[in-house]
Amino acid sequence: MRPSIAKKIAIALLGWGIAIVMFFPIFWMFITGFKSEVDAVSTPPHLFFHPTLQSYAEVQSRANYWLFAMNSVIISVGGTVLALLLAIPAAYVMAFFPTHRTRGTLLWMLSTKMLPPVGVLIPIYLILRATGLLDTRTGLVLIYMLMNLPIVVWMLFTFFKEVPREILEAGRMDGAGRMGELRHVLMPLSLPGIASTGLLSLILCWNEAFWSLNLTSSRAAPLTAFIASFSSPEGLFFAKLSAASTLAVAPILIFGWLSQRQLVRGLTFGAVK
Amino acid sequence: MRLSACTFAVLLGGSSLSAFPAAARADTTLTIATVNNGDMVVMQKLSPEFERTHPGIHLNWVVLEENVLRQRVTTDIATRAGQFDIMTIGNYEVPIWSKQNWLHPITPAAGYDADDLIKPVRQGLTYKGKLYALPFYAESAMTYYRTDLFKHAGLTMPAAPTYQQIREFADKINDPSHQIYGMCLRGKPGWGENIAYFTSLLNTFGGQWFDMTWHPMLDSKPWHAAVNYYDGILKADGPPGATSNGFNENLALFASGHCGMWIDSTVASGLLYDKKQSQVSDTVGFAPIPKGPYGRGPTWLWSWNLAIPASSKQIDAAESFVTWATSKEYIALVAKQNGWVAVPPGTRASTYANPEYQKAAPFASFVEKAIETADPNGQTAGPRPYRGAQFVDIPQFQAIGTQVGQTLAGTLSGQQSVDLALHAAQASTTRTMRQSGYLK
Repeated sequence: MRPSIAKKIAIALLGWGIAIVMFFPIFWMFITGFKSEVDAVSTPPHLFFHPTLQSYAEVQSRANYWLFAMNSVIISVGGTVLALLLAIPAAYVMAFFPTHRTRGTLLWMLSTKMLPPVGVLIPIYLILRATGLLDTRTGLVLIYMLMNLPIVVWMLFTFFKEVPREILEAGRMDGAGRMGELRHVLMPLSLPGIASTGLLSLILCWNEAFWSLNLTSSRAAPLTAFIASFSSPEGLFFAKLSAASTLAVAPILIFGWLSQRQLVRGLTFGAVK
Repeated sequence: MRLSACTFAVLLGGSSLSAFPAAARADTTLTIATVNNGDMVVMQKLSPEFERTHPGIHLNWVVLEENVLRQRVTTDIATRAGQFDIMTIGNYEVPIWSKQNWLHPITPAAGYDADDLIKPVRQGLTYKGKLYALPFYAESAMTYYRTDLFKHAGLTMPAAPTYQQIREFADKINDPSHQIYGMCLRGKPGWGENIAYFTSLLNTFGGQWFDMTWHPMLDSKPWHAAVNYYDGILKADGPPGATSNGFNENLALFASGHCGMWIDSTVASGLLYDKKQSQVSDTVGFAPIPKGPYGRGPTWLWSWNLAIPASSKQIDAAESFVTWATSKEYIALVAKQNGWVAVPPGTRASTYANPEYQKAAPFASFVEKAIETADPNGQTAGPRPYRGAQFVDIPQFQAIGTQVGQTLAGTLSGQQSVDLALHAAQASTTRTMRQSGYLK
């Protein structure tokens, strides 16, 4: 039975309504970056105003955006690649060669995400201090890898479980070893899932603020630290903060926009059989 | 897969380079952690002048939001990680960290003129006769009001207002239908937000946090009177959603013409007089912070200071910068570059004696008097075992203050009565003090 035109319009309106509500904070942040500080805090808020690039100029003059952006790219990509390198074999083993401890191990891995990060701040800080990794990209790459590993393993495990065992067995019959089976059969088949897992991990790394603020100072500070430097306890700062935030989220927004098809395909991989 | 491996190798290679700082550097690089306040931003902009006059010393800035900065530098100094050579800290941290030997004592050269530092500010940074930080700027509190609204209502602000008069004025100029609210006060929970103001109010109502044996006094009569006053004026004459308003929110409200009066830090005066930031710069009036039933002046004294952690390996270079940034010469440099109104306030008597500063900042004498009369060691009705004007100088106060701040916000939003809230706050504070070993 085809839905009526009225129903189609209602669904379209609902969809647009939800999209606008979700996009509105980003839109407001974007336009606030072009306001003066007084306009940015005026009540009622102004939708029409004299646009100015003053806040962007101020942000550029006070901090080296490119250094922060480069740190964000290196740390996020590094953390994601390292997590995938460790998680792919782990998920493969747990998906195709489970033992009676597999389920418990998976749940234990997930449970580590329930620990508030501040609970382990001091031990991690001391370990990084002792190893000379404080305020280094290497230190943050390792932390981000550890932070996202449970989610990455879980997602890959779920994707791998969707691949029929028979296909792997056929590969084995053709003489593929474990590594060959993983590289030439399983990974190509699960590529949408691996890609979407990687994208999700990348976004989580990019947006992470707690560890980056606490474990870096100047050399390895990513864009989250860049944003934090424009919030002020005394004085108006919303326009500058919005300009800094727009600059910080722009790369990942553009990246997410370009890769949305891949992301959706991966997240719905195996959803309909 | 091959691409991923290559990318990873390149990334790890690139990142590992940064893990090892350049081996031996002839030059010294100082890493400075600071807060993102206007005066600090000016310091950062003018710092190339320091690098020019001190060849061989380079400055590396880490600018953070206040709460993030506090958490970051506390972790660093407590673990002696040595990430920072200079830290921007408040006069709350200085005595606590000095006792722990976390800070390097500073002995400025004779040319620095330490005697020019305003006495209460200097006292707040001194422990066992030694200075452990140098003040960058300092603030007390004052009353801001709209002269046009007062004139329209036929009111005159007295030279030394009382809280009772302030309540009457607030009732008269309150006009919610035109989005003008009689009184704006800090309502956002936090030891540095609503509790900073409330402690000042409490002191002038005759109350205090602890008695001489460290027993909390939150269930005492002055506490009830102060909370009832605070609750009453904000509920009757305050802006809607006052529990979300801290310093910045009230600054925005006042600057956009929505507050009839506002009692807060003296640092707002420069911002409210700045036409670029304030729509009411022509109609701002100021008066001393009001007095309550206790009669003696309420205290408020806060300073942002530059300190050198004991873990720094570049003490001499750090001392050079700290003394430069807090010197009379630096103040003159700011005046030359940005005008006298932009100089860091509250630290040096010579700034207030300067006719050019007096001319540029009509609020200067009020600020000076407020800071000079703010006694960080007293001005409560009873004797007390702690220091601090609008805080208590014990490490536990951040947690206690924030919890009580949430209680005050709870009464303001009508979640619970004042009596019940203070009873609960007394119990929780007693528990914290017992767990911390102050009470047996």
